[in-house]
Amino acid sequence: MSRISATFEKLQAAGRKALIPFVTAGDPDNASAVPIMHTLVAAGANIIELGVPFSDPMADGPTIQRSSERALKNGTSLRDVLGFVTEFRTRDSETPVVLMGYANPIEAMGYDAFADAAAAAGVDGVLVVDYPPEESEPLTMKLRHRGIDSIFLLSPTSMEARMDGAARLASGYVYYVSLKGVTGAANIDLTEVAERIPQIRSRVNLPIGVGFGIRDGATARAIAGVSDAVVIGSRLVQEIESSPPEALLENLHRLVSEIRQAMDA
Amino acid sequence: MQMYDLPDSKGHFGPYGGVFVAETLIHALDELRTQYESLRNDPAFVAEFEHELKHYVGRPSPVYHAKRLSQKAGGAQIWLKREDLNHTGAHKINNTMGQALVARHMGKKRIIAETGAGQHGVASATVAARFGMECVVYMGSEDIHRQAQNVYRMKLLGASVVPVESGSRTLKDALNEAMRDWVTNVEGTFYIIGTVAGPHPYPMMVRDFNSVVGRELLTQMPDVLGRQPDAILACVGGGSNAMGAFYPYIPHADVRLIGVEAGGLGLATGKHAATLCAGTPGVLHGNRTYLMQDANGQIIETHSISAGLDYPGVGPEHAWLKDTGRAEYVSVTDDEALEAFHMMCRLEGIIPALESSHAVAHAMKMARDMSSDKVLLVNLSGRGDKDMATVAERSGLSL
Repeated sequence: MSRISATFEKLQAAGRKALIPFVTAGDPDNASAVPIMHTLVAAGANIIELGVPFSDPMADGPTIQRSSERALKNGTSLRDVLGFVTEFRTRDSETPVVLMGYANPIEAMGYDAFADAAAAAGVDGVLVVDYPPEESEPLTMKLRHRGIDSIFLLSPTSMEARMDGAARLASGYVYYVSLKGVTGAANIDLTEVAERIPQIRSRVNLPIGVGFGIRDGATARAIAGVSDAVVIGSRLVQEIESSPPEALLENLHRLVSEIRQAMDA
Repeated sequence: MQMYDLPDSKGHFGPYGGVFVAETLIHALDELRTQYESLRNDPAFVAEFEHELKHYVGRPSPVYHAKRLSQKAGGAQIWLKREDLNHTGAHKINNTMGQALVARHMGKKRIIAETGAGQHGVASATVAARFGMECVVYMGSEDIHRQAQNVYRMKLLGASVVPVESGSRTLKDALNEAMRDWVTNVEGTFYIIGTVAGPHPYPMMVRDFNSVVGRELLTQMPDVLGRQPDAILACVGGGSNAMGAFYPYIPHADVRLIGVEAGGLGLATGKHAATLCAGTPGVLHGNRTYLMQDANGQIIETHSISAGLDYPGVGPEHAWLKDTGRAEYVSVTDDEALEAFHMMCRLEGIIPALESSHAVAHAMKMARDMSSDKVLLVNLSGRGDKDMATVAERSGLSL
């Protein structure tokens, strides 16, 4: 069983929901990458989505775009990100790590080289924003052979046939993008999410994470009530952006703990 | 003649093209593809498009024998397809007119577009005004600075121009931003992409609308010359004017198709936009194609004297035509393009766009080594009024 599935099983047995923070690797600097990951786990994260910076993050709003630009200014490459995961694994062999990013850095490395390196580093899942199911099969198969899950997005406009298409290739969990727009855009529509989740559940036999537009403990709690996992990205990236270096880990810890407590309350 | 029926139903040209976008955009693209598939085969829609091209755009555009330029080159005869004579001064309006009509059929009231030099923005603002639609144009803040006159033209036409401050603040970032707008406002908004790139069906749709250029040539050249030209040359940034001229000629194997990219300061300097000549395949802006990228797959900044060619990707069908050898791709430097620009002005009384000047420059190079009974057809994709400031600055003048 993959580390992601084991995590969800354990949480389910305990009656808890997964908290999945997203941060861009290399933001604010390369040295902070691994300490940030450990801090997120210590504050209650169950799975980490680690953003691979890209020069043209088409599906992201300004907050995550800026974090990508900061990381690229630090020279953070996909190989560096895999190095962070390797280092993280020396102290944490339990928390699943999902790489989230865009196709081109993977295309540039080559599917086989990437899949091998990701497996060696201890990566558990890969979410390529601009590989919809139609274009993702070659990579998905290579990852699957190495025991790495492929995570897919579903959106409010995904029709039933598309859910089936994603279900065929997805493993680990699926990620429901809860609003029309880019990351960090608006506030989430809880009623819409509550209506959509059962529809997805009837067609996709995997845990469902919900993200895009979750900014505080109260919303996280409400979302946790109807889904299996809560993904928080832009709000954390904002905290990284606004924190002075010496307070960064402490601020992140406080924010993630608050959300965790709200979800568990 | 060989059969050529690309792209396939998923938008692939061999390994290139496709739909590489986030799930949030798939529904909108599906809707567009379905609508466009039915419209492109609908005689009433085709007639409507042709009517607009004739009465609003001013088509057909003439072909013209550039005799003095040919004499100067000293070899093959150079002919020009005068897309510079279209309404708004470039081939861009062929596509924006087509897409605006599709938007109307889909009941969309708001048009968005990205622009680099501003030509596609102007052509989009023009058709939006023509049909009473709201128009928002995304433009990199660097480009807004460089192309103040086109920004004003768009505003006169009633469009809002939104400065893009992310990334390199140029065309590619404007495209990212337009995509983000579309994802957010997908229901009432139609995104007019300005070149043969982006996710399927855009490369096919933009090619189809621009291929009026090649279709006209197919009958015009035999009329004036008694035969087809020996080669067709066109500049390639994203590649819409080239694709428009090339596409109907793909089955005519005896006509060479030559795309001319922006060599900037020279390929060896790395400061250029010759994606097909010097790039490698990857995924950007919704399709797989050749890209200007570093070893880590990050997109790198390009350079060209001509803003319209200054793009780090290229249409996927060009990538396929390159790999199969059906089309050839070469590059011309800033200086060579500028020299051709001045020659066109002095010898033919035509002020060409700096983009099109690249194709003229290569035609003159080629013509030298060919006999005088050979014919090179250059797609003169636009006029150069927009480039006055750039050219003057190069000559040490300020307007």
